[in-house]
Amino acid sequence: IGKITGCVFPLQGAGQDVGRSCILVSIGGKNIMLDCGMHMGYNDDRRFPDFSYITQNGRLTDFLDCVIISHFHLDHCGALPYMSEMVGYDGPIYMTHPTKAICPILLEDFRKITVDKKGETNFFTSQMIKDCMKKVVPLNLHQTVQVDDELEIKAYYAGHVLGAAMVHIKVGSESVVYTVSVNKYAKSHISAWIDKCRPDILISESTYATTIRDSKRCRERDFLKKVHETIERGGKVLIPVFALGRAQELCILLETFWERMNLKAPIYFSTGLTEKANHYYKLFITWTNQKIRKTFVQRNMFEFKHIKAFDRSYADNPGPMVVFATPGMLHAGQSLQIFKKWAGNEKNMVIMPGYCVQGTIGHKILNGQRKLEMEGRATLDVKLQVEYMSFSAHADAKGIMQLIRMAEPRNMLLVHGEAVKMEFLKGKIEQEFSIDCYMPANGETATVTTNPSVPVDISLNLLKREMALGGPLPDPKKPRTMHGTLIMKENSLKLVSSEQALKELGLNEHQLRFTCRVQLQDPHSDPDTLHRIYTHLKSVLKGYTIQHLPDGTVMVESIVIKVSSSAEDTNAKVLLLSWSYQGGEYFFTALCIVKRLMYQ
Amino acid sequence: SGQESAVLSPAKKLRLSKPSKSAALHVDLCKASSSTDALQYLLTFSRKPVEAESVEGVVRILLEHYYKETDSSVRLKIASLLGLLSKTPGFSPDCIVDDAINTLSSEKSHQVLAQLLDSLLVIGSQLPESPAVRLRLIEVAYKNLSDSSFGVRTKCLQLLGCLGLLEAPLGKDTAMRDVQSIISDYFGDQDPRVRTAALKAMLQLHERGMKIHQIIYDQACRLLSDDYEQVRSAAVQMVWVLSQLYPESIVPIPSSNEEIRLVDDAFGKISHMVSDGSWMVRVQAAKTLGSMLQVSPHFLEQTLDKKLMSDLRRKRTAHERAKELFASGEFSSGRKWADDAPKEKLDTNTVNLIASGACGAFVHGLEDEMFEVRNAAVEALCQLARSSPSFAEKCLDFLVDMFNDEIEEVRLQSIHVLRQISTHITLREDQLDTVLAVLEDSSRDIREALHELLCFTNVSTKECIQLALLELLKNLNKYPTDRSSVWKCLKFLGSRHPTLVLPLVPELLSTHPYFDTPEPDMDDPAYIAVLVLVFNAATSCPTMPALFSDHTFRHYAYLRDSLSHLVPPLRLPGRKQVYGLDSVDCGSGSGSVESAQLFLQQSLNRVSTIQNLEAAGAPELLDLTIRDLQRLGELQTELAGAADFCATFLRCQLLLMKALQEKLWNISVPLILKQNITVTAAAQQVLDESYKLEFLYSGLENRQVATIHHVRLQAKALQLILAARTRHGLDSLISSCEKFLQDVESFQRLFLTELPHLQDSFVEKLLELLPRLSSCKPVEQVKILQTTLRQSGLLQLRLPEQIHRATATIIEPTGESDNPLRFTSGLVVALDIDATLEHVQDPQNSVKVQVLYPDGQSHVIHPKPADFRKPGPNRHRLITQVYLSHTAWTEPSQIEVRLLLAYSSSCSSRLGWTDAMDSLHPAEGTVEGTIPFSKHVKVFIMPKPARR
Repeated sequence: IGKITGCVFPLQGAGQDVGRSCILVSIGGKNIMLDCGMHMGYNDDRRFPDFSYITQNGRLTDFLDCVIISHFHLDHCGALPYMSEMVGYDGPIYMTHPTKAICPILLEDFRKITVDKKGETNFFTSQMIKDCMKKVVPLNLHQTVQVDDELEIKAYYAGHVLGAAMVHIKVGSESVVYTVSVNKYAKSHISAWIDKCRPDILISESTYATTIRDSKRCRERDFLKKVHETIERGGKVLIPVFALGRAQELCILLETFWERMNLKAPIYFSTGLTEKANHYYKLFITWTNQKIRKTFVQRNMFEFKHIKAFDRSYADNPGPMVVFATPGMLHAGQSLQIFKKWAGNEKNMVIMPGYCVQGTIGHKILNGQRKLEMEGRATLDVKLQVEYMSFSAHADAKGIMQLIRMAEPRNMLLVHGEAVKMEFLKGKIEQEFSIDCYMPANGETATVTTNPSVPVDISLNLLKREMALGGPLPDPKKPRTMHGTLIMKENSLKLVSSEQALKELGLNEHQLRFTCRVQLQDPHSDPDTLHRIYTHLKSVLKGYTIQHLPDGTVMVESIVIKVSSSAEDTNAKVLLLSWSYQGGEYFFTALCIVKRLMYQ
Repeated sequence: SGQESAVLSPAKKLRLSKPSKSAALHVDLCKASSSTDALQYLLTFSRKPVEAESVEGVVRILLEHYYKETDSSVRLKIASLLGLLSKTPGFSPDCIVDDAINTLSSEKSHQVLAQLLDSLLVIGSQLPESPAVRLRLIEVAYKNLSDSSFGVRTKCLQLLGCLGLLEAPLGKDTAMRDVQSIISDYFGDQDPRVRTAALKAMLQLHERGMKIHQIIYDQACRLLSDDYEQVRSAAVQMVWVLSQLYPESIVPIPSSNEEIRLVDDAFGKISHMVSDGSWMVRVQAAKTLGSMLQVSPHFLEQTLDKKLMSDLRRKRTAHERAKELFASGEFSSGRKWADDAPKEKLDTNTVNLIASGACGAFVHGLEDEMFEVRNAAVEALCQLARSSPSFAEKCLDFLVDMFNDEIEEVRLQSIHVLRQISTHITLREDQLDTVLAVLEDSSRDIREALHELLCFTNVSTKECIQLALLELLKNLNKYPTDRSSVWKCLKFLGSRHPTLVLPLVPELLSTHPYFDTPEPDMDDPAYIAVLVLVFNAATSCPTMPALFSDHTFRHYAYLRDSLSHLVPPLRLPGRKQVYGLDSVDCGSGSGSVESAQLFLQQSLNRVSTIQNLEAAGAPELLDLTIRDLQRLGELQTELAGAADFCATFLRCQLLLMKALQEKLWNISVPLILKQNITVTAAAQQVLDESYKLEFLYSGLENRQVATIHHVRLQAKALQLILAARTRHGLDSLISSCEKFLQDVESFQRLFLTELPHLQDSFVEKLLELLPRLSSCKPVEQVKILQTTLRQSGLLQLRLPEQIHRATATIIEPTGESDNPLRFTSGLVVALDIDATLEHVQDPQNSVKVQVLYPDGQSHVIHPKPADFRKPGPNRHRLITQVYLSHTAWTEPSQIEVRLLLAYSSSCSSRLGWTDAMDSLHPAEGTVEGTIPFSKHVKVFIMPKPARR
């Protein structure tokens, strides 16, 4: 009986649901860390997982067999340099090619903000990021990677975040699938696909466990319509975005729309991070969705035709334009500068594609504030139109259910979610699929017992012989018994024929025969009786070999029948039936027939 | 001597048959020193075809070698050759069945065995009429079903599927179980390929007409959750087949004691497959759903069910919100932050997370990642909506959503679908808004599809009309080439919604109760568009013309004349109704068509009184009738094709008649020459017209084709007579006579069934005289021909049901432009051509573009097959580019462009007379040519001298 444990990393003061993905799984004696995220909400030690929890002062490398990163969001990979360089881990780290490419950009950006801007110390350095990345082994989709002799991992496409992967981890006959709800950017419920691999556990994030979302198409259409109308009016559109993910998605959306509608107004995106990220999107085109891949035959979708890099001076150009600018909440930087310039004209529009934190200008204008106080007591009249366009379509409960249906796991493990929501999903899963569902809290360990199947080698000769014995193959409706000897030797199991087993063990074969005496009254002489039995058996048992041997016995297959009479009463006959243990089934038939004959 | 020849002829045949092929193979195989060599020989051998008579010999040699061969790859090749050879046309494989079956018994290799079974399948399907062979083959299949190799089992199942007996052999052999139960045993095979083969075999049985038992349903349903996609895909088909066979059967719902109809159950199960893991299965499932029309409405509507929820609270869908906004009179206030905030709390038990049954099947299908699935879902939606108006109403929102799909094919498909169901629906304003947004699409196909859709759309309010007009004008402004399509669209929009247009008229025409407004520019396409809308609405709204200003009436008169297909006749106050053209149009309705039809028939009957081509007064009657028919064609567009056809036919007769007039033939030889020229021209014209008759009109029946060929024969006879009179070379005369006789024979062969209808005709008389004709001298032949031709009667023309003339209209270039198209001489310039073709069959092969240069040079260009689109039945559209090139000339000059209809007429082409020999030598007796069938369009072009 095997055991798989899944452990969700403890984080002090946890309870919110953003960030810090880090799961420890031990399976078949191997310890694997799934994701190594950080919490964006803290600025102290609490932002990284508490790695001492695992090892209790031992070395991390000795304890962990590998680390697997599912995708490049910082809440899934942010603590990686800290763990590998500062805590110290030298084992392999697995991630897909795109993740490997984009992850360091984000880490570096993050480091710059924390160290250079906020002036924090005790943080990882650029060099550490580089060193950490050297330990990364890139994965291809559907490629089975042998981590060591027993542990193998395989990545599956998981959705629209570039390079996001589901991982199938297998040790012997035990396996685990890990997925995060990354298809929150996917168009449909089904974009992730996985084999029917029937893992022992499917680990899934359940942040949106209680949400079923609407079609994305309506939202996209609204967005495009608004942009289009503003452009036609001659207005300017500002779209504040964060650097990665959604920005690219919106770029593609606008680019195709411009192409389709034959529009001429320029689209710009602010330079810097986005540009670099676009470069990687260009390179990893095969990891994107069908439309983009199909178009690639003609051109790379990310070689934008209509979208150009932004220059500060463009903001004053006359005529309509669309600008993507960072950051997304209008709290600083380029997006804020452009906003200030354009806010006074009612023809213009700002589209907020995501959530804004309280206190930011983004939040204020979304709540309808029309006069903003800027620094230096200046006030800004907001005349431009403010639109909110939520694109954070969540991977919903349906997506998770879909995945369960595809993979058919034996157990389900939900992580990262609020207890109430998880309880709901758990109930649904147990009801629909009748499988066990676990939902460990932070720091809690869930243990799942498995019934590993025990492989047994069978000798080919034995198999062939048994096949020849039985009726026509295949008859899947009836299980068939076969005879053989199970030999357990040096950790392996073997099923061989009994002769071979004897030979291997150097034993002699012993014959086992049973004899049965049947007393009956019969006036005939011994040979006559025997002959009567013989002819009767012959007439009843068609298709069996029945012989009358010269030494006064009758053989039915392997059963020997002899008749002898006692000296005192010649009518009292004793019937001797003898059979080997293999012939048991024939024996009872023969006995019944003989008895019936004699009592007639 | 008769007996002798009978004896001789088979001997002769034997001598002729070629033993060479089999002999050569035999030698080759004997020579082969190794199996590799033998395989090589066989490979080269298999590349060449074998004559039917030597197949049997070849098979014997192959089999002989088969038993000797130890290498399984060679045996495999031989086995495959068996199948290949038995497909040889003209060869009946019953003589090799036994030998082929015998090979099975000794075969050890599973691969070869599978190949042998495959060849047996070919043999079996070549012999559909032999139940004995079938029985044997089925027996073989049964015997090998228990083979351990999946390949053999698969082939056996295939054999059973293709050859399995539809009726179980009665009491003949009880051991032979019902073929269905045997096949269904293999639904549970360990190999997915065998499971698939078993399902396919069962489907094959169904296709061949066997009724599949209902027991199979449960088994097939179980296979829907198979691990392998090809099994699931076949199982979807199987479940569908059974749902069509037993729609009303009642099946229990597991884990409850309720029961539902089988078709509903199957619908639910297949709907479930729309969210399968494999996209192939999803496509299959989505497609299948479309053809399950018997499903209960309750289940059908579930497919569009989508319950949204956020944090366990019910959320309204965007569709619902749009509808509410519309209902409350406030439209598109713009999305506020969190206006989609979740509403009431949901009962957790009612939320269906996994789509159980039909729930949300189409919602999933339409949002699938793969466009193939989305397309299939749209198609299915269409089929279901067409049979259920209430469902059509419900799926409207979803279809409109699809107009913004990222893949053009899907957008186009959904536009087409909406058009097909548009009779059931009325668009709401917000929906129309979404629909109209697509008008700016850069793809021409999309825009045209949308115009087509708008022609059939019902809208609810006058704002909708205004919106549509506005967007169409925008479209016109952005893509001026869409002009005619936009106008047509407005024509229908106007005639469909007269009451909605009425309140808009003052605004549209910018009239003012007191002030005169400036007269708009008559050449402005946008203004014409508005007028088309208004005039068409005015046809059924008599109060509307009162709102017109003076210039509107003038413009009406102008447009009625120049764009008569877009502007209907109107009853205008204070204006004299122009009778003539208009009156026929006004009196539209079936009555006038019927009366026109009657008139046509009467004219034809009148003509049929003419006894023979020499009858007195006949030319005048024909002349008159032709004129009548031509006029009729102009007046009654429905009958234009038929009238034209008759007129052309009669003109042929008239020409023949005039050519045969007595006085022409009795004058002395020196004067003949001049007369000959006119007669020759007439004969040629009749010949040309006969080709037009044959190829320009669609809907002809065999009878009419015979009539046309008959005319052609007459023209040829005339030519022959002329040739005899002018030419003195006897040799050429002999050959032309022979050719003519051949023509007569082929006519007889082709139209054997029609001959009884050709009484009293030229051909009938000819055939009577044929023995005499073929034996006598050419000069005599010509004489006979001449008298026969004169005395033969006029053939009565019977009209087919529907007859249409192929027409082509070049829309672009218009030929109006004064600006020359400039190009550098010696290089090419591309000219865009846009044309509509009507009633053209197979335009990809028959329509050509001809370019005539000023110096008389002409080029014929074959457009690419992809340049043809099919916007509607019997209608094609050609959008192509032709490349022009010429050396320099000095002044801008006009080239002419027109469309040609190419035909190729052999004696056999029309009737598909396929003889093996004919297909080998198609050139003989074929006449190829082209018929111009569009007007010339002139394009001004100017070459610039090449720069040095």
